[in-house]
Amino acid sequence: MENTALAPPPANKIRVSRLNFFYGSYQALTDVDLNIAEKNITAFIGPSGCGKSTLLRTFNRMYDLYPGHRATGEIMLNDNNILDPRQDVIALRAKVGMVFQKPTPFPMSIYENIAFGVKLYERLSSGEMDERVEWALRKAALWDEVKDKLRQSGLSLSGGQQQRLCIARAVAVKPEVLLLDEPTSALDPISTAKIEELLNELKPDYTIAIVTHNMQQAARVSDYTAYMYLGKLIEFDITDKIFINPGRKETEDYITGRFG
Amino acid sequence: MHAFDQTLEAPQGAPLPQRMSQGIPETLLKRQHLYDLAFRGVTRIFAFLVLALLLGILISLLIGSWPAIKAYGPGFLVSHEWNPVTERFGALVPIFGTLVTSFIALLIGIPVSFGIAVFLTELSPPWLRRPIGTAIELLAAIPSIIYGMWGLFVFAPIFADHVQPWMIDYLGPLWLIGPLFKGAPQGIGMLTAGIILAIMVVPFIASVMRDVFEVVPAMLKESAYAVGATTWEVVWNVVLPYTKIGVVGGVLLGLGRALGETMAVTFVIGNAQRLGTSLFAPGNSIASALANEFTEAVGGLYTSALIELGLILFLITFVVLALSKILLLQLAKREGTRT
Repeated sequence: MENTALAPPPANKIRVSRLNFFYGSYQALTDVDLNIAEKNITAFIGPSGCGKSTLLRTFNRMYDLYPGHRATGEIMLNDNNILDPRQDVIALRAKVGMVFQKPTPFPMSIYENIAFGVKLYERLSSGEMDERVEWALRKAALWDEVKDKLRQSGLSLSGGQQQRLCIARAVAVKPEVLLLDEPTSALDPISTAKIEELLNELKPDYTIAIVTHNMQQAARVSDYTAYMYLGKLIEFDITDKIFINPGRKETEDYITGRFG
Repeated sequence: MHAFDQTLEAPQGAPLPQRMSQGIPETLLKRQHLYDLAFRGVTRIFAFLVLALLLGILISLLIGSWPAIKAYGPGFLVSHEWNPVTERFGALVPIFGTLVTSFIALLIGIPVSFGIAVFLTELSPPWLRRPIGTAIELLAAIPSIIYGMWGLFVFAPIFADHVQPWMIDYLGPLWLIGPLFKGAPQGIGMLTAGIILAIMVVPFIASVMRDVFEVVPAMLKESAYAVGATTWEVVWNVVLPYTKIGVVGGVLLGLGRALGETMAVTFVIGNAQRLGTSLFAPGNSIASALANEFTEAVGGLYTSALIELGLILFLITFVVLALSKILLLQLAKREGTRT
């Protein structure tokens, strides 16, 4: 787990240390330590149930919604421990956006889907809001496809478009970190390629963490890759190194398909 | 042991397709086909039975009320007179009472039910969910006569002694709504009937709301939380629009009960054929007028007038149902068109 190969080291946006996570009495994460580099893409791979989604959901304290889910340790975001009970989770989530396995457009128009999150925190004039909606949709490479039907329901879009709408929605509130939990698992290959391309375009502005079941996807889009197994972080390094010359036997077995 | 042997005898996969295509004797196939036909026929008959019943009730109400309709015409709806001696009848007071008490019931019942449902689905610790949920279902199972007795003997005196004087003092002088809270604090009256009805509709509306809130995908709610929304914002902006059809259905269920509730209302509404602005005044509702007067009704026109009241109640429910469908269509339009 020593990141000796990282050179030059980019600034760390998120620093995780001694993180343990429990679903009631079941321990889902054990002593996870890792750093997520600013304005880079970090991928989490590993077999189902290895804790990669759980780890992602600690970054915006999504687990807080469920009684009995708790985390110990430390997650520093901008020198501020987000696991601190005094942390305002609502404000945290405005800073750390999330996109889910399946597209989840809200039951409202395309325009309102984007404006929803913005309205929670900013008082914009209708002109400014129009601009923000267009900006977010352009960021998500969706503007050209929807600009003539902003008043239509978000549910009228195709699966891939809906997922890009969800990315636009997350981007619209101008978060610092973007979490993606298997964002393409419900999409066809063409939509998947579009999303991957989009992630590359978002990289200069956002710190991105992505959980994926698809190892090629991790290899294609990410700068760093973490391999997890049974709640532990097995190996974490530059993506190229993980896929070409992994340091651990378990990692090699997994990425070559001998295990998984 | 025996069962084990049998599973061994049947090699996996192979005999099954064979049995499906050829193994079944012709007579058995025919019989099954007949059963299937009979099954379809029976379900269809049951479904059409509903239509037939509805039509039958409507027709018999129309026939029964025909003498009154002929005698009073549309004036029946706007006349507040109700005099069995002179045989002059008008439905305004019971219609007014029915609508007002039901409106009060929903005005109080909807927010309370919404609060209960949100608490149970979003905020309650898991161990508290079952007891509260069960309590709500039990509340729905209490016979309405018990609500009526409780309202008359327990609620009304307390209400008259402690709540109504306060309302007269503090709400009475208010602009616009002041006249609603004037008059003698008698305990029984339109407001009391509305409050008792509210208690009676809450379990219905709350349990429907809870059930529909529960089916909202966790991921959809999380998506809203993920942009930094509070529980209230998630429920109001995402859960409620997502479940609007179910919620409106639950409210209609409650409204249906409130409009038609007889026993409990009869106990506490006061049964006076009077029309006034004060909610403290006794009034009458269609259902309680029917319950009170059917046994006394002598003479064709009296009975017929009462049946016409029943017909009006039926039509009110129908109009409410139609309005709610229109409301849902409007909501769907606002949400954005779907291609």
